[in-house]
Amino acid sequence: MEANAIQDSGLFRPVTPGGEVIKMSEKRAHALAVEPKFKCRDVRVFYGATEALHGIDMDIENTGVTALIGPSGCGKSTFLRVFNRMNDTIPNARVTGDILMDGENIYDKKIDPVLLRARVGMVFQKPNPFPKSIYDNVAYGPRIHGLATKKNDLNEIVETSLQKAGLWNEVKDRLKDPGTSLSGGQQQRLVIARAIAVSPEVILMDEPASALDPIATAKLEELIDELKEKFCIVIVTHSMAQAARVSQKTAFFHLGDLVEYDDTEVIFKNPKDQRTQDYITGRTG
Amino acid sequence: MTLISAALLAAVIMAAFIFGRGLAFSRGGAFSASGVSGRAHSLPAYHGYFAAWAVGVATILAAFIGWMLRDTIGFEVVAILVIVTAGAGFVVCHQLINPDFRARNFVETFVKMALFLCSGVAVLTTFGIVLSLVFESLRFFEQVPLLDFLTGLQWSPQTALREDQAGQSGAFGAVPIFTGTFMIMGVAMFVAAPIGLLIAVYLSEYASKCTRALVKPIIEILAGVPTVVYGFFALLTVGPAIRGFAESFGFSVPTQSAIAAGSVMGVMIIPFISSLSDDVINAVPQTLRDGSYALGATRSETMTKVIFPAALPGIIGALLLAISRAIGETMIVVMAAGRAANLTGNPFEAVTTVTVQIVSLLTGDQEFDSAKTLAAFALGLVLFVITLALNVVALLIVRKYRERYE
Ligand SMILES: Nc1ncnc2c1ncn2[C@@H]1O[C@H](COP(=O)(O)OP(=O)(O)O)[C@@H](O)[C@H]1O
Ligand SMILES: [Mg+2]
Repeated sequence: MEANAIQDSGLFRPVTPGGEVIKMSEKRAHALAVEPKFKCRDVRVFYGATEALHGIDMDIENTGVTALIGPSGCGKSTFLRVFNRMNDTIPNARVTGDILMDGENIYDKKIDPVLLRARVGMVFQKPNPFPKSIYDNVAYGPRIHGLATKKNDLNEIVETSLQKAGLWNEVKDRLKDPGTSLSGGQQQRLVIARAIAVSPEVILMDEPASALDPIATAKLEELIDELKEKFCIVIVTHSMAQAARVSQKTAFFHLGDLVEYDDTEVIFKNPKDQRTQDYITGRTG
Repeated sequence: MTLISAALLAAVIMAAFIFGRGLAFSRGGAFSASGVSGRAHSLPAYHGYFAAWAVGVATILAAFIGWMLRDTIGFEVVAILVIVTAGAGFVVCHQLINPDFRARNFVETFVKMALFLCSGVAVLTTFGIVLSLVFESLRFFEQVPLLDFLTGLQWSPQTALREDQAGQSGAFGAVPIFTGTFMIMGVAMFVAAPIGLLIAVYLSEYASKCTRALVKPIIEILAGVPTVVYGFFALLTVGPAIRGFAESFGFSVPTQSAIAAGSVMGVMIIPFISSLSDDVINAVPQTLRDGSYALGATRSETMTKVIFPAALPGIIGALLLAISRAIGETMIVVMAAGRAANLTGNPFEAVTTVTVQIVSLLTGDQEFDSAKTLAAFALGLVLFVITLALNVVALLIVRKYRERYE
């Protein structure tokens, strides 16, 4: 809890809970702080003929955690899937508008969605480890992207990914066990380790704690707090308390529209829009 | 005659239903017109069903008993017996039906018993078949030692009409038959397994909804083609084609061969494999696909590295079911594989299978206690045990695999 208090005090935290200073060139740190990771302009998503998102304009910060909240069915997941083009895998889904990642339109013809997804990882609502060993789960991404040529390199990637996901100590003696033998919370962290293993720049999370018990949820939130130092994180959550705890920016969606987007503190303390206020105070949703 | 009796019986049962229901309506105000009432236990229709059941069962029983005894007691007595029983049924119903009578519970019990009897018939038939197989096989093994049967290398049942020759000559050695069976099965699986699996992969992962809706039923038509049609296709088209092909290389190959029968059988079991595997692959949760795509895996990587391994147990189950189908198949091999019990490893030669041998042992005029005909039961028993084992293993695998995702 104390750690949380420190972390909540600022967007940018140069020291991890372990006291390790994050190495980052000043120039890069500056660039990161200034340029948004994603710029969305008039983003619309259609399922068949129905428009699920009605022209979203939104910038996602390069650092910290951005939370997407709103009543269910308002298009949070749909919007999240825009960033790694997972909507492409849904047969009748169509995306229009501009989505720039580091200034580059990710819906451009020359962008291969398969490569994009290595840069933009995703964690799903239900933990979905592959029916393989813990090791093979984490090694899956590095293997298909050819990130390690030697066995030792792969071992190292697996170890560091599991460490970053806060799972290494729990599983280091049972890497050969099936990933599905872990508890729900461990599975979710395994899936995060799997995503980290391909060194993405962004991690998208779609209600990652909705299938977890309170203790596993607390652990996951702690982990998100650590990960935000190295990754740009966008998280969908139906729990407003969670959004308040883990995020620095919050976007409120309603019926396919982005109603309000601001610092988390502002959204929860002085929402400008009546709909946001109603949702936050529990009158809708 | 039977038609008239059946019509009469139906009329009596109908009458009983109307009688019981009418009685229920007329007995006091307890039954309201809508059938709902505070006091009556059962709806009038249940009284009707009860009467129909009671009168129907009693009448059928009486008719059955009378029919058995018709030679001793005469047809007139039978008729009277049936009529009296039916009448008695009506009287009993007349006594029983009142608002407190629990007709619904009786009807439920009747229904339960009827369902139980039906499943009992199926189970008993199965047991009967197995027992007759076992006992006839035991008689066979009195004449031919089990070990000779299972390990003997020569099969020539025609020469073994006298019991004293049978065991010694080794004429009932079933090894050539089983090698023939497994060779044809092997050829069939060699054809069907890759094609069936690739079809399943295509249908479940690549085909659009539209294509799938069109292609899947068409492939399943293959399973509906009568096997005798496959048989003459194998005999008249595939066999000669293979022979012609081999002759163009200077080999001489008979028209009837393991490869002709096996390849056509393979085509026959393609839909089994593709359909079952398609279901199995579809049962792999979408979240696993999403997880793989989200890591930047392509479709084929996702297919080969995630979905296929996840579905593998179920696919193995599908393959085992297909194998047991291939082993039990008769018509194609009768027509296209030949009948010679060659012990050979060459698929271009004529071979014979368990099912073909059973057919040829039992067709024609036979005494049913010679070693020759009894051998059919022994072969049938072995075949039954093999396919049963395959099916059990397949079902166990499939079930275990299902539990993993539920
Ligand atoms: N695969 C799909 N096909 C058709 N409509 C969809 C699909 N996915 C989502 N939708 C629709 O799009 C809207 C937004 O859904 P979603 O993004 O899942 O909302 P949220 O995540 O905020 O609950 C909903 O009305 C939903 O019915
Ligand atoms: Mg959602």
